[in-house]
Amino acid sequence: MGLIEAMSVVKIYKGRIEEMKIAIPVEDKAMESRVCISFGRTPFFLIYDTETNSSVFLENSAAGSQGGAGIKAAQIIVDSGANAIITPRCGENAAAVLKAANIKLYKTVNDIIADNIKAFNEGTLSLLNEIHAGFHGGHL
Amino acid sequence: MKIAVLSGKGGAGKTLVAVNMAAASKNAVYIDCDVEEPNGHLFFKPEGLYTQNVVVKTPELNPSKCNGCRKCIDFCRFNALAYIGEKIKVFDEVCHSCGGCILLCPQKAMLERDRVIGRIETGISHNVKVITGILNTGEASGVPIIRRMLDSISEEDTFIIDCPPGSACVVMESIKDADFCILVAESTIFGAHNLAMVYELVGLFDKPFAAVLNKYTDDDNPSELFCSKKHIPVLAKIPFDKELGELNSNAIIAVREKREYKLLFEELLAKVYQEVRP
Ligand code: SF4
Ligand code: SF4
Repeated sequence: MGLIEAMSVVKIYKGRIEEMKIAIPVEDKAMESRVCISFGRTPFFLIYDTETNSSVFLENSAAGSQGGAGIKAAQIIVDSGANAIITPRCGENAAAVLKAANIKLYKTVNDIIADNIKAFNEGTLSLLNEIHAGFHGGHL
Repeated sequence: MKIAVLSGKGGAGKTLVAVNMAAASKNAVYIDCDVEEPNGHLFFKPEGLYTQNVVVKTPELNPSKCNGCRKCIDFCRFNALAYIGEKIKVFDEVCHSCGGCILLCPQKAMLERDRVIGRIETGISHNVKVITGILNTGEASGVPIIRRMLDSISEEDTFIIDCPPGSACVVMESIKDADFCILVAESTIFGAHNLAMVYELVGLFDKPFAAVLNKYTDDDNPSELFCSKKHIPVLAKIPFDKELGELNSNAIIAVREKREYKLLFEELLAKVYQEVRP
């Protein structure tokens, strides 16, 4: 897909949804940092606004939870007003929260933040289908 | 007398020891607290089973009363609650039934409802009363089931408590009221490692305890070494024996089958009684 075409896809998106905020679990508070493999235990969430290209990093206060980290982390995403999340994995409880809030779940293409945002803008991300069982023996 | 049998990992011979100790005593109650994977009943094949459901109190939202203050969410340390679309969602399997959110909600918007998390089966196998706790899959905590089983304990009989493996809160619940703990360990490096784990746990409870070494051979024995270092008495050594392994894998109680095992476990019981009531 050429650049002009890609831009027109973004425009269609923009036409449909005024404001598109995407959340990504990330290792550090920087765009150069990597995608974090864990959703519930990620140290930060990047909230990226595709309208303004602005980014905000939210601390994941759920990271140290004994149990239910996924639910609490999902609550942070819901409260951030994100419309979509791009993540390598997601537990079933977290997915239940996100789905109830109409937040779309996409699977990351790799661990580079920029690549995933690009793929999102191009509309080439696939939905996250495999949701892993959430709560097994992890509690104290 | 309440004797808790525990091990750091499953498969160390915990159920073997617990089942055979119960079978070797005159009258015993065997309680399977390994509620996620109870298998003592496979050996005992108890008869005349009766079943009780175990229910816990779980919160349920009355949406018309909730004003979305989120006090309940901030309070719940298990993160069992989420606020989505101006409603509180309760994650039943994550909720530990502490009742806190129900008490604390300023709007009295949280109601209490009963929810079945598992069951207790009770039956008889010759000289042993067999009580089995079974936690429904996906449930977070077997503690309420274990608590209910152990609440029914009286003082007179011999109670053998087959604990869950590991050192999580279900194990602590299982040994809380025990008079004596038996740590079962295999004779390998892994065995010694797992033994160290439960050793620390029983230390927290300040309970008398001793070890039983399973699959014992004359080779180097890291678990035995650990016991001698920490001055843990070893009350029995169960030999590494093909026949015993076979009986066990066919869910046959060795004590009821072979005289030598009957003697071995009778002696173990006698020693435990010695330790508790010298
Ligand atoms: S504390 Fe009560 S009123 Fe506040 S959000 Fe929770 S249920 Fe609603
Ligand atoms: S009862 Fe306790 S554990 Fe369950 S949701 Fe309420 S506060 Fe959380």
